[in-house]
Amino acid sequence: MQIVSENETLTVYLSGEIDHHSAKPLREKTDQVLLLKSPALLVLDFSGVSFMDSSGVGFVMGRYKKAASIHCKTAVTGLKARDRKIMALSGLERLVEFR
Amino acid sequence: MKKRNEVKIVFPSRSVNEGFSRAAVAAFVAVCDPTVEELSDIKTAVSEAVTNAVVHAYPDREGSVTVTVTVYDTNVVKIRVRDKGVGIEDVQKAREALFTTAGDDRSGLGFTVMESFSDKLQVRSKPGKGTAVTITKRITGKRAG
Repeated sequence: MQIVSENETLTVYLSGEIDHHSAKPLREKTDQVLLLKSPALLVLDFSGVSFMDSSGVGFVMGRYKKAASIHCKTAVTGLKARDRKIMALSGLERLVEFR
Repeated sequence: MKKRNEVKIVFPSRSVNEGFSRAAVAAFVAVCDPTVEELSDIKTAVSEAVTNAVVHAYPDREGSVTVTVTVYDTNVVKIRVRDKGVGIEDVQKAREALFTTAGDDRSGLGFTVMESFSDKLQVRSKPGKGTAVTITKRITGKRAG
């Protein structure tokens, strides 16, 4: 995982497998930097993710809530077709921009 | 339907075993020559079922999770994930999309995802006795394509 802060945008580059086990450190690290930088836009980049289950959805939902609480928008990018299908089950597309 | 092969994996309900169990199941069903898509479907469904057991079955202790994979001669794969934990009070409610008792960034989509990526999903649970989830999937495989 790599986090890049540029102007008013915070981009989180996720990689490897996202499941219930691996989501916890990703969540903690992202929230820590998010609150520190307080950006206008949070981008979650899934290009490097080789596997995800519904924990990936939980990760996005949680970050969306956290970001919204500091008036920050959330966008998701780089999702593979099947992972997008999993995200779609949640109705998150109404709240988060999928690029 | 005749059994072609079977394996039973038993492990403690630790989250680190979520990755191990889905990889082990994927390796075992490779004999059916699944497509990449079918293999991903199986890995995702197993991950959801095992995560449910890890998160919910044993709230205040560690217990065991048993995954049994059976491959039939018709290229049907059955994966049974069983625990001896607290069980589910209302299975129908638990299967509803977005319902969760866990909080902590759980999406409440576990059963919904299992249903979308399998042909049949059976959930049997008894409060105080445990839960058994059976995922059934027919492998069409690369040969059919």
